[in-house]
This record gives sequence, C-alpha cells and structure tokens, in this order.
Amino acid sequence: MILFALIAVLVLGAGIAWVSECRSPTAPRWVALVTLMIEAFVVAPYSVTGQIDGLPTAWFAELYSPWIPRFGIGFHLAMDGLSLLLTALTVLLGLMAVSSSWTEIDKRQGFFFFNLLICLAATVGVFLAVDLFLFFFFWELMIIPMYFLISIWGHENRVYAALKFFIFTQVSGLLMLTAIVTLVQLHYKDSGVYSFDYFELLNTAVEPGVAFWLMLGFFIAFAVKLPAVPFHTWLPDAHTQASTGGSVILAGIMLKTGAYGLLRFVIPLFPEAAQQFAPVAMTLGGISVLYGALMAFAQSDLKQLIAYTSISHMGFVLLGIFSWNLLALQGSVITMLAHGISASALFMIAGALQQRLHTRNIGNMGGLWPALPRLSALALFFAIASLGLPGLGNFIGEFLVLQGVFSINVLLTSMTALVLILAPVYALGMIQKAFYGPRYRHSPLADFSRREWLSLGLPALTTVWLGLSPQTVLDVSAPVLKQAILNASIMGR
Amino acid sequence: MSMNPFFALAPFVVIAGTAVAVMLGIALKRNFGPAFAMAACGIIASLLTLRMPWRDSPIQAGLLIWLDDYALFYMALLLSAGLAVLGLCYDYFKDREGQHEELPLLLLTALLGALVLVGSSHFASFFIGLELLGISLFALIGYPLNQARSLEAALKYLILSGMSSAFLLMGMALIYAQCGELYFSGIGRYIAGQQDINVTVLSGTLLIVAGLAFKLSLAPFHWWTPDVYEGAPAPITAFIATVSKSAVFVLLLRYFISSGSYSYAPLLNVFSVIAGLSIVGGNLLALLQNNVKRLLAYSSIAHMGYLLVALIAGGSIVVETFAFYLPAYCMTTIGAFGVVSVLSTAQTEADDMACYRGLFWRRPWLAATFTLMLLSLAGIPLTVGFIGKFYILTGASGSRLWGLLLAVIIGSGLGLYYYLRIVVAMSMHGETTATVKPFGRDRASTAILAVLTLLVVWLGVYPSLLMNVIHSITYVIE
Repeated sequence: MILFALIAVLVLGAGIAWVSECRSPTAPRWVALVTLMIEAFVVAPYSVTGQIDGLPTAWFAELYSPWIPRFGIGFHLAMDGLSLLLTALTVLLGLMAVSSSWTEIDKRQGFFFFNLLICLAATVGVFLAVDLFLFFFFWELMIIPMYFLISIWGHENRVYAALKFFIFTQVSGLLMLTAIVTLVQLHYKDSGVYSFDYFELLNTAVEPGVAFWLMLGFFIAFAVKLPAVPFHTWLPDAHTQASTGGSVILAGIMLKTGAYGLLRFVIPLFPEAAQQFAPVAMTLGGISVLYGALMAFAQSDLKQLIAYTSISHMGFVLLGIFSWNLLALQGSVITMLAHGISASALFMIAGALQQRLHTRNIGNMGGLWPALPRLSALALFFAIASLGLPGLGNFIGEFLVLQGVFSINVLLTSMTALVLILAPVYALGMIQKAFYGPRYRHSPLADFSRREWLSLGLPALTTVWLGLSPQTVLDVSAPVLKQAILNASIMGR
Repeated sequence: MSMNPFFALAPFVVIAGTAVAVMLGIALKRNFGPAFAMAACGIIASLLTLRMPWRDSPIQAGLLIWLDDYALFYMALLLSAGLAVLGLCYDYFKDREGQHEELPLLLLTALLGALVLVGSSHFASFFIGLELLGISLFALIGYPLNQARSLEAALKYLILSGMSSAFLLMGMALIYAQCGELYFSGIGRYIAGQQDINVTVLSGTLLIVAGLAFKLSLAPFHWWTPDVYEGAPAPITAFIATVSKSAVFVLLLRYFISSGSYSYAPLLNVFSVIAGLSIVGGNLLALLQNNVKRLLAYSSIAHMGYLLVALIAGGSIVVETFAFYLPAYCMTTIGAFGVVSVLSTAQTEADDMACYRGLFWRRPWLAATFTLMLLSLAGIPLTVGFIGKFYILTGASGSRLWGLLLAVIIGSGLGLYYYLRIVVAMSMHGETTATVKPFGRDRASTAILAVLTLLVVWLGVYPSLLMNVIHSITYVIE
C-alpha cells in the first residue's frame, strides 16, 4: 500500500497545488513543498530499514491489483534497492526543483507545480512498475507534463525545443510499445495467456533473431532518454530552453529513467541479444562520453554546456550497464545518483545566474567571484564534482565503471579514460571564464539567499557523502544487481 | 427466433417514424426547439428499443436485416453519436438566420441509413443504407445555403459519391454474376467452395472496396475529404467523420468476414497499399495545414488507415479492435469538432489556427477538453485513444505486419507534431484576433463535451469497462 501512496501523494498534491492557486498565487509552491516533504517521510522508512540481506530475492515490497484483465495487465508495483535509490533521488531533486522555481516562476504557478508534481509522480511510477504496460503508461505520462513545463515556462525558443523533445521520446516510445506487445504475443503463443507481468515475461523463450529486434526496440527508447549518441540531439535544446525547475528534473531524474530501463528491462529480458549487442552499445557509450565532453568544451551557452556534460556522464552509465559485471553496474548506479545531483545543482546555478544577469552566455559573464562569492564557491564545488575529483560521488562511479569495463575491453577503457583529461578542461574552463578573469560590468548583484544555500547545500553534502562512504549505497544496490546477473546467466544458458 | 420481426425492427421503425413526425410537425408550424427535441426523443426511444432484439439476438429481421450483438452494439454507438451531434447542431444553429427545422429531419434519415448499413447482411440493404446515408449527407453538408464553401463541398460530395456508388453497383453486379448470391453468407459459401481465386469475384470485391474506400476517405480516394470537412458546418463534419465512417467500416468488416474474403490474398495486398498510403499521406498532408478542420480531415484519413491495418491483421482480435477503436474514435472526434463548433459564431467558422491562440487563458476548460481530444487522437496514455492504438499494435504484431507497424509508428510521430501545434497555439500568450463568444450559452454542447471528456479519460484509465461489454458481444465468425 505504501508503494501506491508514493504515487498517490504526489498526484494528490498536484491536484491541490493547481486548485490552491485560486486562494493565493503563491500557495502552489507551498503545497508542492509540503507534498514532497510528505513523500520524503513515506520513502524514509524504507531507506532506514531497507536491509534486505535475509530475503531470498532482492524485492522488498510489492503491490498487485488487476487492471485490464482482458490482456493480463495488472497494476503491479514492486520495489527493490535500485528503485528505492532512484525514488529517493527523485524526492531530493523534486525538492531542489521546487526550490529553484520558488521565485523564478511568476506566471500560472498553479499549473506549473501541477505539472512538476505529476511529472515526479509518473517518474516514481516508472521506477516502481513491474508490469510492462503499466511501465509504458508511466513512461509516456511523464513526458506530457514535461512538455508543458518546457513549452509554457521555457525560454525564447521553447516551442521548438518542447516539440523536438516530445517527438523524439514519443516515437522511440512507440517502438518500445511495439516491442512490448510483440513480446507479449510471443509469450501468448507459448503459454496461451496474455500477460504483461515482468516476472512472467522474464522467462519467455524468444528465438534469437526476433529477440534482437525486440531488444533494439527497447534499447532505442532508453537510449533516446539517456541520451546516447546519436539519439542525443533533443537534449541540449530541451535543457537550454526549459526553466530551471524543468532542467533539474530533466537532467536529474528523467535521464535516469533511460538507464533504469536498460538495467531493469533490456538486459534481463533479452540477455543473449544484449550480450550480442554489447560491443555496439559500449562503443556508443564510449563515443557519448568523449563526444559530450568535446562538445561541452565548445559551448558558450552555460546551460548547453551542462547539457553536453550530461551526455558525457550518461555515456559512462551506458558503458557500465552493457559491460554487465557487478563492479561496472555498481559504478553505473553511483554515477546515476551522483550525476543526477551534480548536474541538477549546476543547472540551478545556471538558472540563478540567468535570473540575475539575464543571460546564459558565458562570454557575457566573467569576474563574478567577487560579486557573488557564495554562488561562485558552490559552482566551483559542483564543477569539480562533475569533473570527477576523488572524494566526491562522481569519481567513485566513473572509477568503478572504468575498472569494470577494463576486464572486458581494454582498448575502449583506455579511449574512454581520455575524458579524465577532457572533463577538467571543460569544467575548469567554464569556471575560469565565468567567475574569474576580467570583471564584466554588472549592476550590483544579489548573492545566494538562504533558500538557495539550503537547496544547494543538501546536494553538496550528499555528493560528499557518496564520495566518502559509497558502501551504504553499494550495499543497497548489490542484491538487485547480483540477482539480475544471476538471472541473466541462467537464461543465457 | 420466436420474436416477431416487427419488434426486432423497432429501432429502425422508431427512427423512421420520428422522421415522419418531425416532417409533419414542420408542415404544421415551423418551430426550431421542438423539432430538435422531437428528434432527440426519437433517438433516445430508439436506443431504448434496442433492448427488444437484444434478448433474442441473433435474429433475422425481415429478409435483409440481420441483428446480432455485433450489429446492436454498433447501432447503440451510432445512435449515441447521432444524439451528440444533434445536441451540437442545436447550439450551432440556434442563433443563425434562416430555417433550420429540416436539419434534425435530415440527421434522422442519415442515421437511419447508417443503422441499416450496420445491420445489413444482403447487398440490397447494403446499398439502400449507403444511399440513404449519402443523400441525407449532401443535403446536410450544403445546409447553410448562403455560403459558397458549403455548396461547393456539397456538390463535390454529391458527384464523387455518385461515382463511388457506381463502382459499388458494378462490383455487386460482378459478384452476383459469378456467385448468383446477394447474401453475404451465400457469397461466403461460394468462395469457400472454390479452390482457386476467382477473378470475377476478386474484381467485384475490389470495386466494392474502391466504393467503400471513398466513403471512408482512404487514400487514394480521399480527395474530397478536406474540402468537405472545411465546407460543412462543424457538427455535420463531426457526423460525417464518425457516424458515416463507422457505419461503413462496420459493414466492410462484416462483409469481409462473412464472405470469407480473407482467403483472397491479393485483396490484402491492395489493402496494405491503401493503408500505408492513408497513414503516411494523411499524416504528411496534415503537417501543411493551417486550418483546423482540414487538419482534422487529414488526421481522420490517417486514422482510417490505422483501422485498416487492424482489418488486414485479422485474426481473433480484429472484431474486438474495431469494437474498441470505433467508439474511441467517435468520442474523440465528436469532442474535437464539438470544440470547433462551440467556438464558431454565426459570422465565422472557427477553423483558422489563429482562433485558438491563447485559448488556454481565455477559456481554460474548453482548451483543456480540446487538448485532451487531440492527445487522444495522437494516442497518448490516460486517454482512450491510447488503448485504441494499443489494440492496433497488438493485432498487427500478432500477424507480424512489420511494414505496416512501421508506418503506424512513423505516422503517429508525424501526427504528434500537428496535434501539438494546435496545443501550442492554445497555450501561447498574446492577444487574439478572433471574437470571443459570450460564455455559458451553449448548454447542450457543454454537457456533451463534459460527458465525452469524462468518457475519454475514464476509458483511458480503466478500459476494462468497455472491454467487458465488447467481450460479451464478440461477434462469432461464421
């Protein structure tokens, strides 16, 4: 029941937020804040008592009720360590998104926070659903509010960006739906029962040729969301044009759904086909890492720069997942969390700068440190986190991925490791250009307020915690990943 | 089979009787409100009398009409759609100059034609139904006599419709010449008895398909669609798009199944080409439109293409797919045209994209309804259109029609673009050029739109409701 509450609280909060606008134009943001607080309290018990070593399987909560019996579709939610981590991340970033929209959104706040919370609810649904139809339902549902977030509250070129985002994700989504439906049909021919249940479908025997195409259908949908080169072109546009809150959710959570999908569905459902495809996927991952880093270096738009670093970091995740060993998988999970936090934080800083300077162009910044010491310090912190300084979360993730991949493909690892040079170049270049150097003429600027301090301080602490004691997180995700590897190897035989 | 066929025919009799009554009423005294009220009562009464044949179905009513659960289900659908259109017409025409009392009369006769089509099992009733529907329709399209565009549309429809009827008759003649049968089932027996494909029957069937494809506005028989959609008054457009097309599609499926035409592989190839052309062509051409009614016209071409994919896929699921997709399509389309009709004033039809700029901030509920309908047409989850698309994908992937599946996916991608263009226009800020109609006067339309919105969301979230009904009436393939 608590799993249902995880989604219901957010949906309910969204409705109240919209309605509350009638009372006062600022009420919705308070409603959103309270909703996320409640959500945090719902998640918290799992995080504290989520020790599950004793259990035979990695799952520790489940909810099932029939939905569309005609096709064997159920409202089936379940939670394991991976879902828990990502749900917790969603709540944390949701809070950051609300905070960053606190004063930035001044028009139609009710509808804004409605969309924001619905988007979060659907994302939580994606992380919890273990019925493929339900998963797809949430998967599509999360796109619609995001579309509105970009197209109504975005910047100058928002309509184009929103459309591009929507069409990319929808078309790839339809490919996935086709793959899902075909898989179900195959399962139906085998067993004579329609079922969309993840656990039922896990054991479907699919002939290798078909399996490859089905796997590709899923892969493309997730690779678009991730995004991996060559499906990445929507991301820089969407990020640049979205409002800060939108960017935070997009970078922090929505990209993670792609990685989650790969981890949860692509490889467990089609282990052989995935293995066959792994060299291609890993190469795409490697290319994404390097390409994202190179492109980031060439950007003058701050948000676009951060968007390209996202592509680079998510490349690591793709690389790690398809190398399919425990070390690399754990690295991927940590990278997902660490990148979610650091990229969101950087977007918040970019948003804060835009609010103060009315520009995102790095060329128009420069010498900001004396004017904005607190903001600049935090920017430096997250830039360093993002380049992978040891002691911070991102380092652990990338290190583990590289180490895991090394045992499989030495050449690819060494090529990808070049990013360890490129990342400091773009990250420090950004800091250098924006915050040091000759002072650009500004009117007096307001430094970070207490609200902004708080909403960036929390992620900063989390990043340090991830970097210094990653074992806690590794313990939570290990059973899931071990189980997945075990299943895949049984089926592979 | 104990039932008196007259009682089984009650739904038809009630509609026909109401039409006569409305006509007599007009002859006595022209009165706008009562004419509509009488027609509405007639439709509701007809809906209620559907229960009579339901108990004993399947039942042969007269020589020409075969009432089984399949027919009764669609009769209920068509009557409900007709009722909704009648309500929209009332609000649309009430403030206009001229005499509009014949409108409900024509709607009733068109509806009667559609009902006959759905229940027909014989070429004679097939043709009578089609002509009854067609002739009423071109009077309806050209109803606003003083508008050049409506007249042009009516004339176009008249001529092309005549052509398609000619094709149809020729096809029937060829089939009759070969089989000596006019009953669908008789043709089925003949085809089943033959070893090879009979060329005469095949060409006859192709001619029939061409005639029906015109009514369904499938590419390459779609040329009339945008002009007629644009020229006809918005509620009438909704009627053409839903009642007329659904009835014809229902008949096509019944003919196809009972005559055993699935064994004619060349026919399926022709269908595949038509479906592919309709999906890709309809969606591509819709991209270029700035007129909302023309845009919806092209989108309906594409939708008919999707449905044809389900027909080609066949299998056990095809009847169910139709029984879900058609109601979904009707709700959504009537909803979309309903919004257009509510926004239209006596001076201007609200079909230009500019009328929709900033609608979200002027009339949020109406804009939300329209958005929902468009998303449903695009097949986005939470709406009934998504479940419809899901059915199509299920059927097509079950029969491994990869090429057509790809067409559906590409078509949906293109579709999103133009549906969202309208949504984007509605969410834009800024002043509007369109005149704003006083709010709250269109009670009938508001109620209809509210019901449709609820249905679209409800069935989108909880489709089992409709699925159970469909399941209990699943048409048994003879």
